[in-house]
Formats: sequence, structure tokens, C-alpha cells
Amino acid sequence: MSQLYPARSKAIAARKLDDEMMIMSARDSTLFSLNDVGTIIWEAADGRTPLAEIVTQKVCAEFDVEPGEALKDAESFVLELAGHGIMLLSDAPQAGPS
Amino acid sequence: MIVVPRTVHGNRTTAENELMTEHRVCIEIGGMPVLIRTGQSGFAKMLRDRYGAFAGPPLENLAPVAPGPQSQGPTHAAFELEVELIPPGVVTDAEDVRVTAEGGRWVMERGDFHAEWDEKRGQGWVRQSANPYSLDSVLRILHSLILAREGGFLVHAASAIRKGQAFLFAGISGTGKTTMCRLAPPDVAILTDEISYVRKGQNEYSAAKGQKSGSSNSREEEPRVNRQTAGLHHEYKIQDSRRYEAFGTPFAGELALIGRNLRAPIAGLFLLAKGRENRVEDVSHSDAARALLQNILFFATDAELVQRVFQSALDFLARVPVRRLVFAPHPQVWKGIGVGSEGLDSGLAFQ
Repeated sequence: MSQLYPARSKAIAARKLDDEMMIMSARDSTLFSLNDVGTIIWEAADGRTPLAEIVTQKVCAEFDVEPGEALKDAESFVLELAGHGIMLLSDAPQAGPS
Repeated sequence: MIVVPRTVHGNRTTAENELMTEHRVCIEIGGMPVLIRTGQSGFAKMLRDRYGAFAGPPLENLAPVAPGPQSQGPTHAAFELEVELIPPGVVTDAEDVRVTAEGGRWVMERGDFHAEWDEKRGQGWVRQSANPYSLDSVLRILHSLILAREGGFLVHAASAIRKGQAFLFAGISGTGKTTMCRLAPPDVAILTDEISYVRKGQNEYSAAKGQKSGSSNSREEEPRVNRQTAGLHHEYKIQDSRRYEAFGTPFAGELALIGRNLRAPIAGLFLLAKGRENRVEDVSHSDAARALLQNILFFATDAELVQRVFQSALDFLARVPVRRLVFAPHPQVWKGIGVGSEGLDSGLAFQ
């Protein structure tokens, strides 16, 4: 898989509570709650930082995980969020603030 | 209960008069009167029977007026829905409720109805067969849209008033909403066993004098609606705009019992769980948020309104205590609810 640049969708409402990110989709009002690892990825998903960098710089720095395995999990994670329309994925950095 | 037919002129037969007559029923839920207009007296009667104490005489002062001092934008003094009755059958191909914004109006669809709502004018129409259930759904959607702008919401929860305080009991089907209502002692007024109406405190106005209590009679502070004509709520006080109130609703669950048309400040939200004994547990902020958000009814595909509802829910949680109520299906569960003077925290002392 080429570099992935995840960006948070604007069509959501989100708030971090107790280290857990609550996200409500504006598309269908579905509620998502992310665990601490998911929350780290979500907060770093600015559309300009590649997912691999988020994993190595943020996730692996915080948790004792093997980078290759963590990246694989992170890719599955962002693809799932993208499927629900709350994360946008691009193979190139996105201009401007997300 | 009054239905006022529009005056009919000429020498028409009774049947012709029936065709020409407009029947009006005002259904006021959450302090928001919605005038229903229909050409069939039988349907009007059906609505009066269905909505009971929530169906009042029609308001005469229906024109939208200037926003009240608490408003963030255009508000509506009252709302109107014209119901066009058609023979039973499929109205649209939408199997689930679909609520979308199109060209400045809301379009609400399900197999049994099609409705459109002009939010700015506070007017809309419904096409459905002569049954109260379709209109019930339209009203729920309508109120969820109106409440979203006002900082409130509809939530899957039973609610009840005891000693002037309202308590909500939230949970999915099977967690005990109806059971809690069945077990309620006589001094508890059930607001609903299924869908609670939560609204942020509003500055209220004197119904008798037509002006805001304790303030000057400036134009901006004129009442947004002459509620006295609705005749459903007679007590008007200045309310704390930061607190939340629960209103009774006619939206019934298993009890098939419409709630009492009352209101009270919310003293607590209980997340229900059945157990072998009664106990109250603390709930983390995230658990409370997850539970509340999962139970809120919101149908529209609209980013701004979803964000408003989300913020309202979190604001609610910042002001209203939330606990998990594990309870056994026995009337004793009510022994510790609402018996203290300070609300939920002092009132919960199970023995």
C-alpha cells in the first residue's frame, strides 16, 4: 500500500472524554468511540502527516508495539473509519488545515 | 378539547360542508404547539383521541414573531402542519425514515408518509393515510429538528416527576424503562415510558400579562407566543436557562399509555440495568456520554444539526448527574428516587 494521508472528516462532531474519542457521524448520526490508540491516530490525522509517521512517531512512542504490526492495524483502522465516512484518505498530502 | 371548523358559507349539504371544512387540532408537546390542519373531522377526532391532554384548542396567534432574548437566530412562535389524507398504501419507497434538507426545506419520508417542512416559516405538510402513527413519526422528527436548534433532544428514556423534580431512565429495549413506570408509586407522575423530551431552560413569560416577569416591556421581550390560548401550561416563571427540563410526551412504549403533560427540571439521569438488588453506581464521563448519545433520537442528515445535538448532549451531561441504576423489578426501587430535597445525589439511599 502506498503512503496514506488520513484526515478527519468535517462532517462529524467529536469530543475526547476520559482518553476516549467520541465521534458522531453527520451522515447517519452513528456514534463511534475510539480507544486510546485510535484516539492518538484520530488526533494526528491532519491530512498532511502520513499514517506511517503517525504510527512510528505517536503510537509506537506511546505503546510497546512492533511498528510493522502497528502500521498494519492502523491501516485497517483508518480504512474502516473511511468506510463510515468519518475519515478521509488520500495518497498525497492535503493542502490547508484539515 | 376544541376543534374549530373554518366558517362555511352558502347552502351546501352536510357532506359538501365536510369537504369544505378545515378542522384544526393543536398538539402541544414540549411547550411547542403544532397546529394540525385537516379536511376530515374523523381524522381530527382520531388525533384528539390519540393525543389526549396534549391536544388543545387551536392557537389563534400563529404568526412567527421576533426571536426571544435567549434565541440564537430565527425562532418560531408556533408551527403548522397541513395533513393531506390519501388512501392506505405505500406513499414512498423509503423503507426507513429518511430526513434530508432540500432547497431550504426538510423532506421526511418513510413508506407510509411523505412530509415537507419549511423551517423558517414554521410550516409544512404531510401526505399520509388516516392513521395517527404516521403523524406520530412526523411529529417526532419535527420536534427533534426544532429541539436540535434550541439545545434539546428527544431520547429513548422513560421519565417521571417526583416532588417537583424530573428523573430520566434511559436504556435500550429490555433494560427496564416500562418496568420502572409500572412500579412507580402514586406520587410519581409518569411523563413517558418510551421517549423523553429534554429541553434547555428558557426564559419564560407571564401568560397573564403578556410580558416577561420582572423585566421591562421592551419589544424584544414580548412573548413569542400567546401560550395562554394553548391552555396547556399555565405556570410561567423565569427559568434558569442553563438547566434542563423534561416534558411529558404522548409517545408511548409498551405501556401504551401517553404521558402526563407536565414539565419539571431534570434532577438526574439513570442508565438502567436489571439486577437482583437495587444499587446505584457511578458512571464515567465517557460511559455516560456513550449511553446518552446512543439513545438520542435524531433522524436528519445534517452536519450542523448533528454537531448541535452532540454538543447539547455533552452540555446536558455537564449539568445533570448521571448514575447507573441496577434494579430488581420491585416497587422498592422507587424508595430511594427523588425523596431527598436536593435531587439525585441526596435522594438515592436504598435500604
